[in-house]
Amino acid sequence: MNQHSQPPRWATRLLHWLGHPDTREEVEGDLLELYAHWVRTHGPRKANWHYTLSVLRLLRPLAKSRHVPEYTTPFLLSPDMLRNYVKIAWRNLIRHKVYSAINIGGLAVGMAVAMLIGLWVWDELSFNKSHPQYDRIAQVLENQPLENGTQTFESLPFPLSTKLRRSYASDFKYVAVAVPMDITLAYNEKKLTKNGRFSEAAFPELLTLTMLKGSRKLTDPTAVLLAQSTSNVLFGAEDPINKIVDTGDRRMAKVTGVYEDLPRNSQFNGTAFIAPFALLATSSPGIMTNWKSSSFPIYVQLNPASRFEQVSAKISHVLYEGSKDPVKPTLFLWPMRQWHLYADFKNGVAGGGRVQFVWLFSIIGIFVLLLACINFMNLSTARSQKRAKEVGIRKVVGSVRGQLISQFLSESVLVVAVAFILSMGLVWLSLSWFNQLANKQMAMLWTEPLFWLAAFGFSLFTALIAGSYPAFYLSSFRPVKVLKGVVRVGRLVALPRQLLVVLQFTVSVTLIIGTIIVFRQIQHAKNRPIGYNRNGLIAINTSSLGRYDALRLDLLQTGAVVNMAESSNPTTDVWSSANNLDWRGKDSNRQAMFGTVSVSEDFGKTIGWTIKEGRGFSRKLTTDSLAFVFNEAAVKLIGIQHPVGEIIRWHDKEFTVIGVVHDLVMQSPFEPVKPMVFMMNNERTMNTITIKINPEQGAGEALATIRAVFQKYNPTVPFDYKFADQEFATKFSGEERIGNLASIFAILAVFISCLGLFGLASFMAEARTKEIGVRKVLGASVVNLWSLLSKDFVVLVGIAFCIATPIAYYFLNNWLQQYQYRTEITWWIFVVSGLGALGLTLLTVSYQSIRAALMNPVKSLRSE
Amino acid sequence: MKRTYLGEFEEIVLLLVAALDGEGYGLGLTHKINEETDRAVRLNQVHAALHRLQEKGMVASRLGDPTPERGGRRKLLFTVTAYGYQTLQDIKNLRTQLWSDVPTSPNLAIV
Repeated sequence: MNQHSQPPRWATRLLHWLGHPDTREEVEGDLLELYAHWVRTHGPRKANWHYTLSVLRLLRPLAKSRHVPEYTTPFLLSPDMLRNYVKIAWRNLIRHKVYSAINIGGLAVGMAVAMLIGLWVWDELSFNKSHPQYDRIAQVLENQPLENGTQTFESLPFPLSTKLRRSYASDFKYVAVAVPMDITLAYNEKKLTKNGRFSEAAFPELLTLTMLKGSRKLTDPTAVLLAQSTSNVLFGAEDPINKIVDTGDRRMAKVTGVYEDLPRNSQFNGTAFIAPFALLATSSPGIMTNWKSSSFPIYVQLNPASRFEQVSAKISHVLYEGSKDPVKPTLFLWPMRQWHLYADFKNGVAGGGRVQFVWLFSIIGIFVLLLACINFMNLSTARSQKRAKEVGIRKVVGSVRGQLISQFLSESVLVVAVAFILSMGLVWLSLSWFNQLANKQMAMLWTEPLFWLAAFGFSLFTALIAGSYPAFYLSSFRPVKVLKGVVRVGRLVALPRQLLVVLQFTVSVTLIIGTIIVFRQIQHAKNRPIGYNRNGLIAINTSSLGRYDALRLDLLQTGAVVNMAESSNPTTDVWSSANNLDWRGKDSNRQAMFGTVSVSEDFGKTIGWTIKEGRGFSRKLTTDSLAFVFNEAAVKLIGIQHPVGEIIRWHDKEFTVIGVVHDLVMQSPFEPVKPMVFMMNNERTMNTITIKINPEQGAGEALATIRAVFQKYNPTVPFDYKFADQEFATKFSGEERIGNLASIFAILAVFISCLGLFGLASFMAEARTKEIGVRKVLGASVVNLWSLLSKDFVVLVGIAFCIATPIAYYFLNNWLQQYQYRTEITWWIFVVSGLGALGLTLLTVSYQSIRAALMNPVKSLRSE
Repeated sequence: MKRTYLGEFEEIVLLLVAALDGEGYGLGLTHKINEETDRAVRLNQVHAALHRLQEKGMVASRLGDPTPERGGRRKLLFTVTAYGYQTLQDIKNLRTQLWSDVPTSPNLAIV
């Protein structure tokens, strides 16, 4: 019995860890022997006690081995070893060209995508930041509590600016009205139609314009500041200061300064000139004291001590005090930092906007990058098992574990570095194309330390994660076992890999479904019946043109024009609205908003609207100057089923409804058509001439004819026209851009996932060469083997599909909710995406599995 | 004469190493000392002495064969070196020489 008693294991272990490293062997042996002696002489209980006590006496926790090994272990990062690692890594890359290409290529593509998206996000986030007083600039906005929720407006009455400036001087450093306008600048023979601002004197100060010549002062009502680009075109090499330019309608002004063009990622980009508002208002000075006319954006810059929220609260009542509008509007400040990303107002609060896309693309970017990383890890780990032998040999010839770890890590750092350089190249090559696609002018942030930090941080992280499996797992192998070839890799090793594949395909399938739905939504809105005929319709901005009737006759005579009409806005937009219409039975508390369009009598025929009830306007009936034509939405709003003949009161006049037209989609194609009222109101200014080109003539020929006639009537204004269908198409540009970007990213994500799958499949096929050989010998058919090898992947993709479907449904349903006019998410989209993913998987995997199945078993079994 | 630094306990250990003629190891020596000198020394003391002797170059060590009672661990066997042996001789000679001066019946103090 005594023979079998054992000393306490923990004591032995303690001694092993904390005893003197140089005497470990003999001390442990002696103690064991002594223990046996004690057991004999004192019995096991006392022996245990003595043993433990001796162990405690023999602990030398601080002792260091004085043993100097016969062969010194080289410094872990010695140049010789590093050179060897690089050489081996390089040979490995060269030897497995396909793997290496997949590995590096996939990672480079993923990194490039992430970098492009990063640049885009960076650009979006830095919008407006170039303004020196970015944190203190705001726009004054108005909230009107209306029937269908609070509506936010930026057009305010002019005297509000003066009032704010006078009454709240302690909060506002600058307050300025700055109304954007297209004008034709002329100097000598040179003419140039540009967008600029007519503003109060404080505006250039508020923006802190960088002056190249002259001063920012705008106090002289006949002064004008020009952007450098404008000045260059108008004056060339001449000195523009004190030159007189015509700012349209014979408003002569003296150039008193030239400022640097505002950068592209500024809200005020493209402001070609800044002229005093007084110059514009010379003809109608009353506007400057009129609280009823709301048409001016007002900008402010706060004093350093003031806060946006506090000032918003202070000024909220000011507009109502001045205008006495029964709607009781409130004012608030909209800080510059929200202008670009948070421009959607819901119930009077700035919420969403482009920031959603910033989030969306950031997430996509992260996922694409993640996919690439997963690939990289999967392939490196799968491949590393082939190198178990190398590990064995290295260990036998004296490698210590630290060296093996640093070898594998340095190898993966090398590969990631190559991929990173490649991805920089890809970004550099694709940046101009991406800029075009995203409608931006982004450049590589070579000088931005954050960019380098992120890039290096990420590369290192990927390298370490991807290299950690081979580095830490393989280096722990026992050389004897490895060399004998009995490394068993259990299911546990394959499990993370399978999870990663599932994750990859979940992302890919979600992106596929997303892309399909985004495009279906765009197509859905494009196919929407718009209620009029856009073909051959052009719109000409004619704010400075008289003699319309004569022009019309002349144009009709040329034969290039089928019909033409004047209106207060083009067919692709609505510029004015009214909330003070009264009809029979209207609840007096209602604030119903109608879009109002003044048209000439031929408007309906020119654009080809369809009349549902009643009739359109007629030239012959003089009573039509007090007539309304409603659209269907307006009929629904007033709640009278057959409104023809009803009397509507507006501005103390009585209008008769003479007809109802089918809804015209003039504004956003994604929203329901707004209630519209058309009238022949001669008092309003007509801003647009709409012309239907004769379809029998070519557009170019017809336009040339029309241009000649226009030049005859107004030689000072350049003939500037827009095709209605092109204008309409721009309403989709935002959505289309999102769709295009999303589809490109989806394709890349799928591509990267397939690359990974391809690599994995080939690895699997290779690892199972022997098994396939044996199966073939025993009579398995090619189809058998193909399904055997493909089955695993198909199952994984199937699981991924099951996970992706609800995720995609949830997010896309949310996305679609923001559109009033939206497509349905139908089941076949999911089926198509699922089948597509499955097909792609099979295609990818089959190449490898069929190749493996077709192999001659004699060859595969003979190897080794 | 060159002074040799050897403590009393070290001398005993060195003597025993020499006596065991290459077969002495930590535990064996401990037992031996306990038996021969009738004093209770502990294993760690013997180990410390052996290491000091090895540092002084008076003993050399080699690893023996593993034995089952030691859990497969090997003994560290110590052999006296020529220098160690010479030192022992010197000490012995010194003592002998000193003894020769001691009268056969010296006056003994009575305490």
